[in-house]
Amino acid sequence: MTEDVVPVMRIGDTLLVALQGDLDDTTVIRIEEQLTREIANTSATGMLIDVSRLSVVDSFIARVLARIVAMVRLLGAQAAVVGIQPAVAITLVELGVPMGHLDTALTAEQGLALLQRLRRDDTGTDLP
Amino acid sequence: MTTGSFTNHEPDVFGIGHEADLIRVRKVLRAEAETAGLNLVDATKLITAGSELARNILNYATGGRGRIRVEQIHREGRRGVRATFSDDGPGIEDIDAALTDGFSTRGSLGLGLPGAQRLVDDMTITSDTTSGTTVVIVKWER
Ligand SMILES: Nc1ncnc2c1ncn2[C@@H]1O[C@H](COP(=O)(O)OP(=O)(O)OP(=O)(O)O)[C@@H](O)[C@H]1O
Ligand SMILES: [Mg+2]
Repeated sequence: MTEDVVPVMRIGDTLLVALQGDLDDTTVIRIEEQLTREIANTSATGMLIDVSRLSVVDSFIARVLARIVAMVRLLGAQAAVVGIQPAVAITLVELGVPMGHLDTALTAEQGLALLQRLRRDDTGTDLP
Repeated sequence: MTTGSFTNHEPDVFGIGHEADLIRVRKVLRAEAETAGLNLVDATKLITAGSELARNILNYATGGRGRIRVEQIHREGRRGVRATFSDDGPGIEDIDAALTDGFSTRGSLGLGLPGAQRLVDDMTITSDTTSGTTVVIVKWER
């Protein structure tokens, strides 16, 4: 199935995805598949995943989010998760889901700046 | 029966057997957390713990089936929510091991049970290989 499950917005080189609602596991997996396609099929160099409207992120959703970020990086782009609700962040830490390696920002605007920095660092390592 | 301004809230009882039930579990826990006056962080912790336990039923119980009961509880003027997740097998062989971070018989992260335990005020597991598993979690209003 190649049906889109979430709307993806494009701002310059960056894809912006806002997750919302109560997500069951199948929906989460379909979102992962869609985002993989989007990053592979466009020339986007970054992806911001806005989770500010998710009021619950359990270990399954958190794991898939981390996997999406890893996948985007493998495909040569940068990804960051923005807007994690404080209650969700506290819960994830206590739950013990390893998310420390994820690049996160409070707002989409800060997320865009973060992506810029990550892109620069990425190319910077190749310079003499 | 309803007395004065106290609503005698019936417990929510329903089966778990499909992925969509994860969403129902979260919804019911949110409503009950609200009724008990839990703050947002505590409600989020309770819902997340419940989501982990419901998923364990889908993943490990015979036929992926079980049930949940959610009720309001009171002690010394404090309100709380108790949620009981039960299934009819195959049971957890070693409960202590299952409560250890990283223990999984499925090659998963093994975070569900120990994580849920950290998120609630009290968690009790009863399990044996003949009668199945019951996990009770409790979260109190602060
Ligand atoms: N209801 C159950 N019936 C039988 N076995 C269970 C049940 N719940 C948990 N278990 C056993 O306990 C182990 C630990 O459960 P836990 O939820 O902590 O980790 P997991 O489900 O393996 O991984 P994760 O939740 O991180 O994806 C499981 O691997 C499984 O063997
Ligand atoms: Mg689990």
